[in-house]
Amino acid sequence: MEVSGQHIGHGIREEEEQAISEKLPEILGEFSRERSSLLPILQRIQEAFKFLSPGAIKAVAEYLGLSGSEVYGVATFYNQFRFHPPGRHEIKICMGTACHVKGGDVILENFERRLGIKEGETTPDREYSIERVACVGCCALAPVAVVDDKVIGYMQPSKVEGLFLQFEIQRKIREGQIKTEAS
Amino acid sequence: MVKITVDGKKLETEEHLTVLEACLQNGIFIPNLCFLKTRPHPHASCRLCFVSIEGYDRPITACTERVRDGLVVKTDTPEVRALQRSAFKLLMSLHPCNAKLCPTEKPCLLMRIAKHIGVGINPKPLERINRGLPDFVDFGSLYYVPNRCVLCARCIHTCRSINKRPLLTFAKRGIMTMVAYFSSGNDSEVCSNCNACVDICPVAALLPKSAFINFLEAKETHA
Ligand code: SF4
Ligand code: FES
Ligand code: FES
Repeated sequence: MEVSGQHIGHGIREEEEQAISEKLPEILGEFSRERSSLLPILQRIQEAFKFLSPGAIKAVAEYLGLSGSEVYGVATFYNQFRFHPPGRHEIKICMGTACHVKGGDVILENFERRLGIKEGETTPDREYSIERVACVGCCALAPVAVVDDKVIGYMQPSKVEGLFLQFEIQRKIREGQIKTEAS
Repeated sequence: MVKITVDGKKLETEEHLTVLEACLQNGIFIPNLCFLKTRPHPHASCRLCFVSIEGYDRPITACTERVRDGLVVKTDTPEVRALQRSAFKLLMSLHPCNAKLCPTEKPCLLMRIAKHIGVGINPKPLERINRGLPDFVDFGSLYYVPNRCVLCARCIHTCRSINKRPLLTFAKRGIMTMVAYFSSGNDSEVCSNCNACVDICPVAALLPKSAFINFLEAKETHA
């Protein structure tokens, strides 16, 4: 039996919300307090912070005199908004028509299972985030994943493992657990 | 009063009623999930309440049509049934029926509708779609059961009519649409546990936590 929270904002640290809330008044001030400002404000906030935190949604609601749930409902309607900070590695799985036909959902499921998160979420260590995107424009290579802005065509479950192996090595180098000759 | 004819029966009803209400008040069942009297405009989203009315070239939803003198209504023409069946099957393709674990009183509304329109309580010949949604979503004092929800929006409307700052909303879209709970946490936006949403839900997709726990325990002792 799976009980879940609201799929929003888990793992966001207090100091992050704090930092966002300090910058918000200035951003909000650029817009008039009308309902029609709602989408432009959300876009602007996402541009500034890469995602919409629960605190930001509340602040927008307050500013426009709406209820938080209204803002949340509108924001989740659009695929362009994220509710989790992106990971160091951003994994985007194409779910366009061609990729869908070629089993894009299997690839997505592979990543989700490997990382223990769902699309739209970020791993607790902030290393990886998964997103589904619409056609990225290279249907001939379907199914396609875009990892850190690099297109990977003919995606297969076996390629998923290879990718993570590479990332884990990079991480160890970064954290100094593996020394490289070059320096 | 207004005189109308439904399935050959002559009825006298109050003015300003919808055809749906007039029929229900007179003991004539028309399948419906999303109608709520308190709504200024019918939501008309469940597409189950179709009837055919003389003078119209195709069936229309009974919840959007008001009664007027001389209206001749049929509730069971083949066209009406065909539309109701497809709407119902689409609904069932997102509603895995698990009667043993569902706290609704049996037969539940969906079972009654299925029987009324002469189909089984399954999506056949459509496929069952697994949206990968969680079994339960924590709404604070409630649990929400997305796979049970028929997206009638009755809870959302009810919460809106009670609270100036409502707490329920639809989130996401398309087949991923679900009801969500979001509170800003300030005083003007708190759930007062009025349970109005729980009471209005036609399919027990919202449950107070206490009731839910009792229900699970009862199931376990029976199992
Ligand atoms: S939770 Fe119940 S009342 Fe609310 S939309 Fe779903 S089925 Fe309708
Ligand atoms: S559908 Fe995936 S690249 Fe076009
Ligand atoms: S009751 Fe008329 S469409 Fe749902």
